[in-house]
Amino acid sequence: MSTRIPLSSSQPKTVIIGAGAIGLAIAWRLAQAGCEVSLYDRREAGRGASWASAGMLAAAAETEPGEERLLALNLESQRLWPDFARELEAASGVALGYRDEGTIEVALNRDDAERLRFTYEFQKGLGLDLRWLSGAEARDLEPHLRPGIAGAVFSPTDHQVENRLLVQALLEGVRRAGARLYEGCAVREVDIAEGSARGVVSDRGRESADVVILAAGAWSREIGGIPSAYLPAVRPIKGQMLALKMDPAAPLLRHVLWVPRGYLAPRLDGRLLVGATVEERGFDESLTAGGMLALIEGAWRALPAIEELPIAETWVGFRPGSRDDAPMLGPSGIDRLVIATGHFRNGILLCPLTAEAIAQFVLKGRLPEIAREFSAERFLPVPPAAATK
Amino acid sequence: MNDPFSIAGTALSSRLFVGTAGYPNQQVMLDALSASGAELVTVSIRRISLESYAGSMVDLLGDRCRILPNTAGCVTARDALLTAELAREALDTNWIKLELIGDRDTLYPDVEQLVEAAAELVRKGFTVLPYCNEDPVTCRKLADVGCAAVMPLGSLIGSGMGIANPSGIELLCARSPVPVVLDAGVGTASDAALAMELGCEAVLVNTAIAKARDPRKMAAAMRAAVEAGRLARLAGRIPKRAFAEPSSPRLGLVGA
Repeated sequence: MSTRIPLSSSQPKTVIIGAGAIGLAIAWRLAQAGCEVSLYDRREAGRGASWASAGMLAAAAETEPGEERLLALNLESQRLWPDFARELEAASGVALGYRDEGTIEVALNRDDAERLRFTYEFQKGLGLDLRWLSGAEARDLEPHLRPGIAGAVFSPTDHQVENRLLVQALLEGVRRAGARLYEGCAVREVDIAEGSARGVVSDRGRESADVVILAAGAWSREIGGIPSAYLPAVRPIKGQMLALKMDPAAPLLRHVLWVPRGYLAPRLDGRLLVGATVEERGFDESLTAGGMLALIEGAWRALPAIEELPIAETWVGFRPGSRDDAPMLGPSGIDRLVIATGHFRNGILLCPLTAEAIAQFVLKGRLPEIAREFSAERFLPVPPAAATK
Repeated sequence: MNDPFSIAGTALSSRLFVGTAGYPNQQVMLDALSASGAELVTVSIRRISLESYAGSMVDLLGDRCRILPNTAGCVTARDALLTAELAREALDTNWIKLELIGDRDTLYPDVEQLVEAAAELVRKGFTVLPYCNEDPVTCRKLADVGCAAVMPLGSLIGSGMGIANPSGIELLCARSPVPVVLDAGVGTASDAALAMELGCEAVLVNTAIAKARDPRKMAAAMRAAVEAGRLARLAGRIPKRAFAEPSSPRLGLVGA
């Protein structure tokens, strides 16, 4: 690891760029540890991908071939989540809407069932706790499912949290822990001299710091001052979503439901989130007819009763995607500049682990073992060891 | 082996074309493309941003291979023409893989729209490679309006059902005045080898690699299969027989 952190101070003064769930959670941990923390967001805090997300804590059901190492990271953060939620709720006084009913993936016809069986066997082979259900068993769990479901997989460990409440809780936690938050204040550049970050220049002027953490999600490459080779290799991956309004007293669904090309996440307040498209469209913010059609049709084919539900909201978000869909954590290749982005679809899931790992890196100069292979340095064109020799 | 292959006068180093959709992530896709040895890779113009921002498809593939834009998602000839123009402008290539879908469940081509759009695109200076039925009449019409190759389906897109009508594909290859590139339906390596043995000039594979348990390995398998199938085609298979014939001679044995 070439990025050095000044160990002369046991409580380094830290500036964090980006007040999404990741930046907020890191700020909370560092402020708890007694560090002086300033947090900048060019807009309102927590209104980017953290707000747009569905808050699914799905380490198991979303695992794809080739992502086995990422799975270990996701599972570890999933394990941290219940305690993290309890601690944050106690510290903030905000309930997070954590739901642990689990996730069901359904196959609507023979082709879907073949595909689901293939994925199920791959995931079972990784030791994940998943159970195959018949159509009838799935409908016992969720009676509003369309009759004739061809099969389903139940994932008891994949839970969900109300991500917008998470943001509120983190904001409150950060305030109570004494960190400063500057909203509507863009960081124009990181002040770098002699290969080392010294602070930031923002709309409100210069602020010096022992450590600068870049956690600006899909927008992380828009920060000036960082040589282009060291900008995190992150790109925006567009997602369109909508929320339907159920009767909270008689919800159509209790589990998170995966359908062949999307998912439905029922919230305690009656909102039923339907997501999400995955589009390589840059920062295109438009909702499209095709996107909405695909989401609604996919949801309707599994849960026909949604036909009667009012549409409460539609929106677009941008996931910060890296080339291997895994996050970039810790060293940047530049001293005192720390990266925490690239979480793609797992930002909310990886929030507790990221906060812990980055806090440890800032305070002790080392990432925990499990996070080391996810350093941003893996994407540097020149291996950092060679560059510094 | 000196076995040159070209489309519209452009020599291509590999007879395996690979699609870029549906991989677990970009890194797996890049590794698979490199394991496949493919020079020509297809990209869906309606599904990606044509801007070359860091990490975009165009940015990622630009230097590594020749991009063959396709019109996936188009339903009318007008749609396809506009999409092709967009691709030509953004990617600086006049090659286009023409897809015009007539039915959502089977993704069968709309032949009537296809021939019309192909003719128009050829008039506008495009090098057109149409995704089409495995039907000699349609393929002939497409060649006659100036398509540079024809790309008949082996079976339904994404189905992995292999080559549903091998004798049809063989007949097509024997009669086609332009290269035949098998498109759609390949499920595993033997399907790709069979396509080459039947006389196809090349094979396009996407889902079979992208959705395999190990996309990198499957890409390498497809590469080997296309080479093996091509070699077997050039070597010439033996005739099939109804009864056994020993491979060692029966006459002239010592002591006989």
